[in-house]
Amino acid sequence: MNQRNYFSVLAAVGAALVMALPPVQAQQSKPTAVASSGNDEVFDFFYREAVKSSFRSQGIVKVSVLDTDETNRACSAADVAGKPLDKKRAKEIEAMNLKTIKWPSDGKFVGDWKEGEKLAQSGRGLTYSDDAKTPNGGNCYNCHQLDKKEISFGTIGPSLYNYGKQRGISDVNSPASKAMIEYTWGKIWNSKAYNACSNMPRAGHMGIMTEAQVRHLVALLVDPKSAVNQ
Amino acid sequence: MRTTSFISLLTVGCLTTTVAFAQKTAVQSIEDYRAMLADGNPSELFEAKGEDLWKQKRGPKNASLEACDLGKGPGVYKGAFVELPRYFADTGRVQDMESRLLTCMQNLQGFNADEIAKTGFGKGEQVNVTALATWLSAESKGMKFNLSQAHPQEKIAYEVGKRLFFQRGGPHDFSCASCHGQDNTRIRLQDLPNLTKNPGDGIGFAAWPAYRVSNGQMWGMQQRLNDCYRQQRFPYPGFGSDVTIAMGVYLGVNSAGAKSIAPALKR
Repeated sequence: MNQRNYFSVLAAVGAALVMALPPVQAQQSKPTAVASSGNDEVFDFFYREAVKSSFRSQGIVKVSVLDTDETNRACSAADVAGKPLDKKRAKEIEAMNLKTIKWPSDGKFVGDWKEGEKLAQSGRGLTYSDDAKTPNGGNCYNCHQLDKKEISFGTIGPSLYNYGKQRGISDVNSPASKAMIEYTWGKIWNSKAYNACSNMPRAGHMGIMTEAQVRHLVALLVDPKSAVNQ
Repeated sequence: MRTTSFISLLTVGCLTTTVAFAQKTAVQSIEDYRAMLADGNPSELFEAKGEDLWKQKRGPKNASLEACDLGKGPGVYKGAFVELPRYFADTGRVQDMESRLLTCMQNLQGFNADEIAKTGFGKGEQVNVTALATWLSAESKGMKFNLSQAHPQEKIAYEVGKRLFFQRGGPHDFSCASCHGQDNTRIRLQDLPNLTKNPGDGIGFAAWPAYRVSNGQMWGMQQRLNDCYRQQRFPYPGFGSDVTIAMGVYLGVNSAGAKSIAPALKR
């Protein structure tokens, strides 16, 4: 395994050298050959080099945030290839993410929907121009419709207007709504547990939201009194 | 019967108007505001400044930029913008308009390109680079993007740019494609172009440099990309770095045939 990796790096570097020839020689080579898929390892190599040489830590954002995990690497590769992950691989990734979900320590899934609305409105925090004290927002309205009165909502994610109502949640403490509320917690905590390459951030897993904040977001979606369910 | 039909038609007509009006207040009013401002796009001020800077003798060598080679030969600037980024034999690099201007400012005028690259946006010589890029983009206004992919380095840059576009990372797992990978989506009320393919005339890559009404600033493509990465929660990409150049190649090649409207006006 180690040896194989070593050789593929060597191959990449070798090919890289071929392509980094002085201009005159390079112009004589056939660009069509460069475009062939056989060069993917070379392109991957240059991509990694570009990332290494171009980004620098700034403010609260360290370059280490780009050392991403297996989930993101697999999904990015699928995106570049232009074809979704095969079903088996997707299931593996979902299972791996499902294991990371931290369920509420006190068994309480539903917080204050009004606090949830405030978090949903904010898209702040964790950029290189924020300071560590900037409270993180949940970014929800950037992509989802929630309270119908808020007309400034994004459409990258599905509308969540009437989320709880449509799922028949009339009492958050009833056994009938338990499974749906747990799923809602899980989805917010780690969206990739249910859809391997979801566009949605993993709010709890990546530490964007605290346990208490996830509780408020769950309330915003499921509480029958929440503006979302009116 | 006739009267009823007439009345119901009137009612439908009124309803349609009301609905259209309600939608207009939400989204269209922003477009209207933009159209209103377009009558006097403040980018014209930056264009005028850029043209002056091109002809002015400046820097330690007290020279103008008039001999600068933007890819079509020394001093040829018409149509250069829509062919950038491209490979330059003298530097052995693929360069976009802004990074190429740094090369010219160093070679012809004696400025220190690295120093300017390290300077923050909107400060010192960076202001002049933006003005120059604004004027030079205006000199290609209405022309179609036509980036070369003939040189191996240009092909590599495109492939690197594509990988960067789909690079998921940071605390939010965002990639460029999180926002710009689908048709007809929005962040809040802001329409998002799908940049994985040709987004059309004057959209995406074909709309920068642009004057931003919301903050009253003139931004070049380097700053636009930098701010995308900021919002993506990524670290800071260097000015004219391999990453931002490769991204320009990916977006520019995808925009082949799209007309440039730069310098544009943005929210």
